[in-house]
Amino acid sequence: MTANPMIDEWYPVGILTELSPEGRDTMLMGEPITVACDAAGDPVVTAGDGRSLPVRARYGHAWTSLGTPAKELFDIPEADQPGRRLVDVGVVRVKCSPLRAVENFLDIAHFPFVHTDILGAEPNTEVQRYEVQIREEVDEVWATKVKFYQPQAAKSAEGGITTDYMYRVPAPTVSILYKTCPPRPGEWDVITLFVQPLAEDLCEVWPWMALFDDQTPMTDLIHFQQMIFLQDRSILENQLPRLLPLDPGMEIPTRADLTSVAYRRWLKRHGFTYGAQLVAA
Amino acid sequence: MILYDYVLSPDCYKVRLLAALAGVKITLRPVDFHPGGEHKTAPFLAMNPSGTIPIFEDDGVILTESSAILTYLAAKAGPAWLGDDTPEMRGRVAQWLAFSQRLSASIGKARVHDMLNKPADIEACRKAGTQCLREIEAALVDQRLAGHDFLAGDRPTIADLACFPHSMLAPDGGISVDPYPAIRLWTRRVRALPGFIEMPGIHRLHDLKPEPGPIPERV
Repeated sequence: MTANPMIDEWYPVGILTELSPEGRDTMLMGEPITVACDAAGDPVVTAGDGRSLPVRARYGHAWTSLGTPAKELFDIPEADQPGRRLVDVGVVRVKCSPLRAVENFLDIAHFPFVHTDILGAEPNTEVQRYEVQIREEVDEVWATKVKFYQPQAAKSAEGGITTDYMYRVPAPTVSILYKTCPPRPGEWDVITLFVQPLAEDLCEVWPWMALFDDQTPMTDLIHFQQMIFLQDRSILENQLPRLLPLDPGMEIPTRADLTSVAYRRWLKRHGFTYGAQLVAA
Repeated sequence: MILYDYVLSPDCYKVRLLAALAGVKITLRPVDFHPGGEHKTAPFLAMNPSGTIPIFEDDGVILTESSAILTYLAAKAGPAWLGDDTPEMRGRVAQWLAFSQRLSASIGKARVHDMLNKPADIEACRKAGTQCLREIEAALVDQRLAGHDFLAGDRPTIADLACFPHSMLAPDGGISVDPYPAIRLWTRRVRALPGFIEMPGIHRLHDLKPEPGPIPERV
């Protein structure tokens, strides 16, 4: 049995405001865990064999790890910026590889076809050239200078705009996107996908947002993001092969897939292969 | 007319879909069903003691069953959607409206179990859902042999709108629709109706859109 480096990473396992003393039984990479809170309301995570797991309470969610994380939980400086509204979107279970959930979130080319008239629309389907790098100093995947025409980029957007995006992968099952903030030019809205791997082909997804939007009611913000993610869900559950292939075979990536290529390369370099297929596909 | 609405609810979507197809404007009031559970709070229980959505309000009338809402909205804004005023068609429409409750109780429950972690006897839900799909498939085949494209006759009615969403969303709850060609053709016909709107999990027919570029002279 080879070591699984993903054991030592941080994973989301619940919304902080929903924790209860009785706890919720769930799974993390095949291991049963219980996520509860203590008298002070702080998260307590217990593994199936009774051992206490490390916890962090950050970005609206409880985080834990089955191993011994060498790195502190990644930083999202915008989360502490005054004036942002923090949105716990709620958990959605998806029968797909946790890595595929992240990869789909990094893709722009599907917008006109899956999120039609919202995040994209025909005939504006071209993904213009953008930049991708693995930032060695922070060990994260970054895509920058991404531009896409969107009919309704956010709940706060009126009419179509060309939206700027940046994508960031700070942990194997976490993706953070920064996008044009319609009411506050110069700032970025932050939309994240926190993925809890239950098994190699099953995950729970906890989207979370930190937005500048004083107008839209909270429920509308939640519904907008749930609508977008649930449009993706039916696609994700039908992707083949079920596990994410890390080596190219039959697939022919295009220029629009640069972020996905870098993500897969980064996963492979670290041995982050839980949910990955090591045979070329 | 106000619809207390949840974007992921097939029973709310039915009402939005009829309003779009009939060309009538309704006011949507989003309800934080998940994760907030707002439909179980006191103001909502006062309107609907059963603690479910949709809830529909118009001129002092409050309706909480999707089939009743479809009937009311059609009668008010698009009577053609009720079907012909014949005993046969009235009966068939009522039959499918009642049948749609079984879809909500089986496929609908399997779906929120698999998607939003709500409790359910998942195997029982999937079994009952599969049975429902088989009954729709058989009925659609019979209809086709009689020369009819829709559940209650030769044109779409609220019977189709009541049964269409769960029939398409069954895979969300781990129930395959692959074995049912008549259902797939029928859902395609519904999606091709002028004014059709989608919901997450029910995609529009992109192939019906005109090609974006000029038509080449020869291939």
